[in-house]
Amino acid sequence: MARDVRSTDGVLLRVYESGTRGAPTVVCVHGYPDDHTLWDGVAAELAPRYHLVRYDVRGAGESGKPRERRAYRLEQLAQDLATVINAVSPDRPVHLLAHDWGSIQVWHALSGPWLRGHVSSFTSISGPGLDYVASWWRARLHRPTPRALRELITQLASSWYIGAFQLPLLPELLWRAGLPQRALARKGYLSIPAVADGVSGVQLYRANMLAQLARPRPQPVDVPVQVLAPRRDPFVSRSLQTDIKRWVPHLALRELPGGHWLPRSHPHTVARCASELIDHAEGGREARPLRRARQTGLGRRRFADILVVITGAGSGIGRATALEFAEQGAEVVATDIQAQTAERTAQLASTLGPPASAYSVDVSDGSAVEKFAAVLLENHGIPDIVINNAGIGMAGPFFDTTVADWERIIDVNLWGVIHGCRVLGGLMVAGGAGGTIVNIASAAAYLPTRVLPAYATTKAAVLALSQCLRAELAEAGIGVVAICPGFVHTNIVSTARFVGLDAAAERTVKQRVTELYRRRNFTPERAARDIVRAIERNAALAPVTVEAKAGLLAARLTPGLVRALARTNVAPR
Amino acid sequence: MVSAGAADPADLAKFRELQQLAYAAAQSVAQTLEPGVTEQQAARRVRAYLLDRGVQDWFHTPFAWFGERTAFRGFRTPLQFFPTRRRLTEGMPFILDCAPVREGYVADIGYAGCLGTNRLYEQLMGDLAEYRALILTRVNDRVPLRQIYRDVDALIARQGYDNRHRVYPGRVIAHQVSRVRSRLPKVVAAGFGIRSIQTLVGDLIVERMHHRSPLWADGELSNHPATPGLWAVEPHIGFRDVGVKFEEILVVPEVGRAYWLDDDLPHVRRWHRALAA
Repeated sequence: MARDVRSTDGVLLRVYESGTRGAPTVVCVHGYPDDHTLWDGVAAELAPRYHLVRYDVRGAGESGKPRERRAYRLEQLAQDLATVINAVSPDRPVHLLAHDWGSIQVWHALSGPWLRGHVSSFTSISGPGLDYVASWWRARLHRPTPRALRELITQLASSWYIGAFQLPLLPELLWRAGLPQRALARKGYLSIPAVADGVSGVQLYRANMLAQLARPRPQPVDVPVQVLAPRRDPFVSRSLQTDIKRWVPHLALRELPGGHWLPRSHPHTVARCASELIDHAEGGREARPLRRARQTGLGRRRFADILVVITGAGSGIGRATALEFAEQGAEVVATDIQAQTAERTAQLASTLGPPASAYSVDVSDGSAVEKFAAVLLENHGIPDIVINNAGIGMAGPFFDTTVADWERIIDVNLWGVIHGCRVLGGLMVAGGAGGTIVNIASAAAYLPTRVLPAYATTKAAVLALSQCLRAELAEAGIGVVAICPGFVHTNIVSTARFVGLDAAAERTVKQRVTELYRRRNFTPERAARDIVRAIERNAALAPVTVEAKAGLLAARLTPGLVRALARTNVAPR
Repeated sequence: MVSAGAADPADLAKFRELQQLAYAAAQSVAQTLEPGVTEQQAARRVRAYLLDRGVQDWFHTPFAWFGERTAFRGFRTPLQFFPTRRRLTEGMPFILDCAPVREGYVADIGYAGCLGTNRLYEQLMGDLAEYRALILTRVNDRVPLRQIYRDVDALIARQGYDNRHRVYPGRVIAHQVSRVRSRLPKVVAAGFGIRSIQTLVGDLIVERMHHRSPLWADGELSNHPATPGLWAVEPHIGFRDVGVKFEEILVVPEVGRAYWLDDDLPHVRRWHRALAA
């Protein structure tokens, strides 16, 4: 439904309303060179739950395009916004969602008298308030530390066009020649802006930039604000739009994968983030990702408000990693094929950190993992870290390994990881907020040995999968980390299968191997600490123990030696 | 000589009386512990309490461990068992461990407590109950001590903790005690009374000849069912920076079933209360 609203200076603004009447109102303000269609995807996502209002800012789309520069001053744009809000929701405060120049307008409007009492929350994407921008520049020029200089130069390199827009006539000519359109297409702009919009919008820069930057008057903003900062924004550097805690006490910051036009490229993510803030401002429970996004500074635990899912968490490295994460403040979801052991892990994790939960999941069963994912999403939300740890051991000669043995170990060790990546990783991709997938491989992945043909095969596959997936998911902001532990003293030996041996011989061998692991005495807790560090630095491949590290080096430097050693039968008899 | 004390009810009563006294010492000192007190001060208080009540000698002098030292974190040498100037703070777990000798009777007890509240400590103390039941059942099943040690390890792994008694000299979870009948002077060397050590060494030699050991660990020498006599059993479990233990005497008679010398002990009462609640 579209209608025209007359602003204070007589310019008509085209306003589009959709969604649910009576629900909280969300007013979306687009930037330059866009029009209200920027929000199409986001609006479709939000429509079932909110009353959506989009409008064409003056100079864009179907709204009036006054010629004089004065008409584009921020005071007038703030006046426009107030007029629209008054028209669509005169009695109830609204939630604002704005991008680029839209955000700049909102910041300005919030710092003056225009919207007092009419706004409940504000989600800003890639549009820093100009008063804050000016302070940002001054602070860095005033104390030009190396870091400050780097930030200044980076931002200058992406802001040169603002200077160019101050020149007379040239920008208009360029727009008519189609050059900015081509440049924008290269920067990931997903629709072709109208020439008329491009031309009138130049006035935004001419009317405001120099005036605002020369006389910054940063004002405190006391409504809840969240800033969505895309990691690959070519125009607005991260610190330029996030370094505002001083003026905005209720601030949540989220860095998201993606470029400048997040509302177009990631409508689902923008809608989810916006609705989390809106719902909280409306008195609902604060969603975990929003809680994390609120800066709470010192005293905050490293993984506070991070959701970590760990498979095979009932024992060994899985349990130790769950506990390590819990101790660092993460919310842990422990899964294991044995419910009791997962529950025990969750119980211990809860004594160290926030309440943890346990689920019984057979990772080799794709549909079971899918069912679990649905429950996870419902009860806990989108995971930030998924650790595919569940695995079993198998040793013995190739020709003693039966087809059933092969199927069993491939089902757990490889299919388990595939399902974990596919289903749980899929949640992260859909969520659009990035994350980390951790696959527990093994040093056997790169150290061949005649003793472990089946096990090494599955682990090599896990390593290969991790590395391919890492390449594919990089653009989604999801890191994929392969961990290669080495000899860590867990129950892997006692639960492993030693093919080609009768029960008594298998028991004896297990005892001897267990004794070797015990003497090696590398605890799962140490491995867990290394895994957490590897996740923090987003390592592609992280060997844990000394032998795993030395083995990796040997495999790279002297593969012939490694192959020769593979022939020795190191298994105790 | 090993089992001499076990059979005689009068002797057992004496052992029980001294064990009660040792636990009373630990408990009453525990109640006096305040923030800022050091391990050395706590150990001295236990010592004074017992000397006031007729204790003449020590199997080992009182130990006190505070904070992460209850889980023996970072212990490299036996010297680290001795009380330090570590100070107690609110919410900190502690263990008092003493082994007094009176009229030749020996007690060896361990009391785990906490100043104020600590979730980990509560969890661990609750879980410790299972070990007391498990050890008694398995001893009565005539399972070799080495296997029981491994069963205990398996329970520790299942519960998600780690074995801290393996830090004790010889990795022992228990050792035999018997009446000290030595003529050596009452000298304490390196924290251990030499008369008690003489008794233990005597036991070691005798048992060694039978290819057994008065020390209960997970080695080949413990590959036999419990020998008759008195065993001071001390499962010690740890999680993160908290360790808890109990230590009390298990009676293994020549004939019949083994039993704990006394059930009226602070940790046992605690578990009964928890069950009743």
